Amino acid sequence: MENAKSKREDVCPGKKPANRMDRATVERQLKETKGPEYWRSLEELAGSPEFQDMLHREFPKGASEWLDSVSRRGFLQLMGASLAMAGMTGCTKLPLQEIVPYVRQPEQVIPGVAMYYATAFTLSGYANPLLVESHLGRPTKIEGNNLHPASLGGTDIFAQASILGMYDPDRSQAITHLGDVEPWAEFVKEIKGPLAVQKALAGAGIRILTQTISSPTLKDQMQAFLAMYPKAKWHVYEPVNRDNTLEGAKLAFGEALETQYRLENAAVIVSLDADFLYAGFPGNVRYIRDFAKKRNPDAEMSRMYVVESNPSSTGAKADHRLPVRASEVEGFARAIASAVGVNVGGAPSSGEHTKFVESVVEDLQKHEGESVIIAGDHQPPAVHALAHAMNVALGNVGKTVVYTDPVDSNPVNQVESLRDLVSDMRTGQVDLLVIMGGNPVYDAPADLGFRDCLKNSKISLRIYHGLYENETAELCHWSVNEAHYLEAWSDGRAYDGTVSVVQPLIAPLYAGKSAHEMLSALVSVPDATGYEIVRGHWQKQHAGPEFEAWWRKTLNDGFIEGSAYPPKSVSLKLQSLPVAAAVGANSLEVNLRRDPSVYDGQFANNGWLQELPKPMSKLTWDNAVLIGPKMADREGIKTMDVVTLELGGRKITGPVWIQAGHPDHSVTVHLGYGRRKAGRAGTGAGFDAYVLRTTNALWFATGGKLTKTGDHYQLASTQGYQTMDTGDGETRPLVRAATLEEYRKEPKFAKEGEPPAALTLYPGYDYKKSPDAWGMTIDLNACVGCNNCIIACQSENNIAVVGKEQVVKGRHMHWIRVDAYYQGDRDAPQAYFQPVPCMQCENAPCELVCPVGATVHSSEGLNDMVYNRCIGTRYCSNNCPYKVRRFNFLLFQDWETPQYKLMRNPDVSVRSRGVMEKCTYCVQRITEHRINAETAAVRENREFKIEDGSLQTACQQSCPADAIVFGNINDPNSRVAKLKAQDRNYGLLADLNTRPRTTYLAEIRNPNPELET
Amino acid sequence: MQIFPRSTNAISRASLFGPVFVAAALFWGMAQLQRSPYITYAGVRKSQPVPFSHQHHVTGLGIDCRYCHTSVEQSSFAGIPPTKTCMNCHSQIWTNAPMLEPVRASYRTGESLQWTRINQLPDFVYFNHSIHVTKGVGCNDCHGPVDQMPLMYQEASLQMEWCLNCHRAPQEFLRPREQVFNMRYQQPTASLPVKFDGTTYTDQDSLGSALVKKYQLRTEKDITSCSTCHR
Repeated sequence: MENAKSKREDVCPGKKPANRMDRATVERQLKETKGPEYWRSLEELAGSPEFQDMLHREFPKGASEWLDSVSRRGFLQLMGASLAMAGMTGCTKLPLQEIVPYVRQPEQVIPGVAMYYATAFTLSGYANPLLVESHLGRPTKIEGNNLHPASLGGTDIFAQASILGMYDPDRSQAITHLGDVEPWAEFVKEIKGPLAVQKALAGAGIRILTQTISSPTLKDQMQAFLAMYPKAKWHVYEPVNRDNTLEGAKLAFGEALETQYRLENAAVIVSLDADFLYAGFPGNVRYIRDFAKKRNPDAEMSRMYVVESNPSSTGAKADHRLPVRASEVEGFARAIASAVGVNVGGAPSSGEHTKFVESVVEDLQKHEGESVIIAGDHQPPAVHALAHAMNVALGNVGKTVVYTDPVDSNPVNQVESLRDLVSDMRTGQVDLLVIMGGNPVYDAPADLGFRDCLKNSKISLRIYHGLYENETAELCHWSVNEAHYLEAWSDGRAYDGTVSVVQPLIAPLYAGKSAHEMLSALVSVPDATGYEIVRGHWQKQHAGPEFEAWWRKTLNDGFIEGSAYPPKSVSLKLQSLPVAAAVGANSLEVNLRRDPSVYDGQFANNGWLQELPKPMSKLTWDNAVLIGPKMADREGIKTMDVVTLELGGRKITGPVWIQAGHPDHSVTVHLGYGRRKAGRAGTGAGFDAYVLRTTNALWFATGGKLTKTGDHYQLASTQGYQTMDTGDGETRPLVRAATLEEYRKEPKFAKEGEPPAALTLYPGYDYKKSPDAWGMTIDLNACVGCNNCIIACQSENNIAVVGKEQVVKGRHMHWIRVDAYYQGDRDAPQAYFQPVPCMQCENAPCELVCPVGATVHSSEGLNDMVYNRCIGTRYCSNNCPYKVRRFNFLLFQDWETPQYKLMRNPDVSVRSRGVMEKCTYCVQRITEHRINAETAAVRENREFKIEDGSLQTACQQSCPADAIVFGNINDPNSRVAKLKAQDRNYGLLADLNTRPRTTYLAEIRNPNPELET
Repeated sequence: MQIFPRSTNAISRASLFGPVFVAAALFWGMAQLQRSPYITYAGVRKSQPVPFSHQHHVTGLGIDCRYCHTSVEQSSFAGIPPTKTCMNCHSQIWTNAPMLEPVRASYRTGESLQWTRINQLPDFVYFNHSIHVTKGVGCNDCHGPVDQMPLMYQEASLQMEWCLNCHRAPQEFLRPREQVFNMRYQQPTASLPVKFDGTTYTDQDSLGSALVKKYQLRTEKDITSCSTCHR
């Protein structure tokens, strides 16, 4: 962390010429200068020739070259001919179209006006409250439910991308029996016999395997089922489970409890390997909002310490980040615990990090009652117990930490639950197995041998109910296609226990059945609809004449008011914790983590998520063996070298990615890849890391062995693409940051490089003439690199997925990218995120070079992109200093698949081959709001005004951190105008006199002065 | 020996300038073709499942535009009436007319009527009805004398130059909002003045500028920005 110290003059290195140096020289230099240099990739840091080459290019090598077999001459001939005919392109005759009106138009439906419905997306049992936009019955865009306390308008990437999942053409589309398509009635008839047999045995041979369930209705149904078949067993397993968390709570308090954090009250946050600011961590959307609020440097700013085993976006936001191996975290926790007065036995030693521990302890003690210690889900129960004990000891309970009943309606140890099931299957006690959701054949711990067990067992009836015909469905007799959550009624609990009602947006595309309907069929009520079941359940809870009104309000709001779990008072029962066996300092640790993009593998076939650059490595379409730079040097391994990783006799082979900030003697491998039966996007991508996963080491284990195979594998990472530095190696002050102390001393530190007011003889256009002039600020201090804006933009603006081969060539189409910058020591760098959409420059360099006027300025200051004029010269992209323009090198849009036609936003043109595109500030939303405001103004005979805050761009709307603010800069009272007036506001490359409308608020860190040496 | 007779000189002279004229003629021809109804469909009566007559329903029966095109004031899309709207009357009158059988069949079976689209814009053009009718653009300004069309056809070329005629000078076309749905509206003249906001106007110039002010029309620069219609 020492290198993170930033001196004011060094923050903006400006005109410092970069030398070509080898890595050792860079290392030495960094050590000597201590000043911050921002870099995006290790190649950049080492000044490798490849990187220097990149700087000179608009696109990476291969992106703009003609690589087809047609010769240059042949190509020119063709071009000549087509140029002669170019004038003809305007003479297109529109094909005849049909208008198909309703027969009986439903009330409220106005063709052309979108409608919004509240629903919820459930991931690992936790409901994410949503508001879904629907055009004539087709859901097109997912947003967060701003009324719900768990969302406040924000969402996460998985929820945003789930709409693509619904329209996925590879979803299971029918009920099949041994591969033959059968109707639902046939399935119901076929299971009658076996169920009758089981009825006589009280269900002794029935096993149901589900994923984590928080749905009160489903829990009720499950209990009804178990009452009917008392000897049947309900097993729960999910690869990304919270066993450790629940066991930790049991260890500390003697009961399974849900831990919630109130980060809005936290002045000091200590994360013990918890990536709580990224999708997948329960409550992350709310936590990001609360965390970002407390990072305001003009108010009381919080301080965060992160001890982590794998570079994460949470670690990137830390004021002090300490990379350690996962197995060392417990030692840390013990050291801090004993210092804050938790005595659990053992002799704590903080080893070489004494100073760090001391500073953390001091800070924690200074902020009793307003500090919080968060343990990561993959840390063993002992770490969780220690975190609980520390939170109790520091008086945080009830203030920054709240305990409630678990959200999981069946909080069992999931690994043990699956182990029981497998042993029952082995001993032949199972006759009827129903697997509802999940994919245990693919993702069960390898040592259980679930796959072989299922394949060879004599279970006479195996039923799979899920969204895909996946690896598990393959080994079952029946595969029943599940209805997607956007097609079915259900309910679920958010992280705070609030019940959301899941209401469908569309009738099932393939007549799928929901879990409720499936379970209902098992209790011999096959015709009950999901609506009847869910509504019936709540009618029982809210009987009475006002039920109808209550139900309507619930559906409208998307959640049941006052259903959050009340906080529980707890008493610490932790006595002593046996010290874990010491781990050899040089023994290689293998970390297995859920993937930042495809989670546990369930989103493997989601092209948006596959192509989403992972927050730190910016890898797409693959997982990799992540290792630290030190280890890479020692072992002589380079990025994209293929290695074999052995752990306990199990082996995987995959490419290496050298990740700055990764701890030494440790590798991280992400789960969820190497799917055999996922679909067109997911099958075959990456390698399967579940092979290494065993029940005794779900998340990490030591004793791994890494060997180079000598092969090379191409990974597609966007890190290093679209770089904004100059070709002659000048580094530019793109990210601007300071410490809180420096900021207080010199608040205007970010203002360097602003152009003088008038640099031209020509009078500029006066944007004050228009009622609105659009502008945006992006607060780097708030941005946590969650990637949500990218998916939101992709969904809103019909952005195509291009595939791995094209990403390698730098042809990905995202209109907004999140750049990650590193600073300082490559083994423990400070990291920064910078989302970069189009800057909508007032003096836009792209406009000057367009020969056909396809990109021009609007009166409101928008840099309009006119697709129908664009002839694809790409001059604009070449002239854009921000590298935000994207070109359709090929026909990237899928124009054929009917499902995707339903999904697209009808308010945005679908771009074809040969057309340039870029961020439009969501001009379709601007137009919609302007038209609505104008018609209202004329009708009501008042002055036209678009209310500040009512118009949000897609990225802004989805941002859980509230980092993106968009609005009218002509209105001095608008939020965006006020933010632009702040000292921290700066324009990216503003010294080029582009006058960007998108500006940034510089990042402020709040390091502990004690640790600043 | 003379291979070419003297008369070939004329050909060679003509060939010097001829291609220029030929190219110009070709270009002119193409430009004409581009504006012709063959490309634009202007004035073309397309075949429809039911030969619906706007003339009969509007002039003959006096039905307001908004009885069928219900969303014209709220949405980008004016709305094509559902079969139910037709059946409101035709379940009572002309109940056995063979011409209306497709309508009755649609109502019986629940299958929509499939009309051929008349006024059609390319997919990259986002036209909005509600803003136009709110700001005083009359139906017949764009759609022509619909009340006199036994079979519906597209009046204007709907090409961009035609849109810009009005977007560059809206004051020449606007009318008071209460006249928007009046198919027989005429611009004010000395003999036929138009009253608006308590003032009587005898020419479009003064009425137009009054309307521009009253309806808060944006500047020409605003409404000719590309993103007004393209996005």
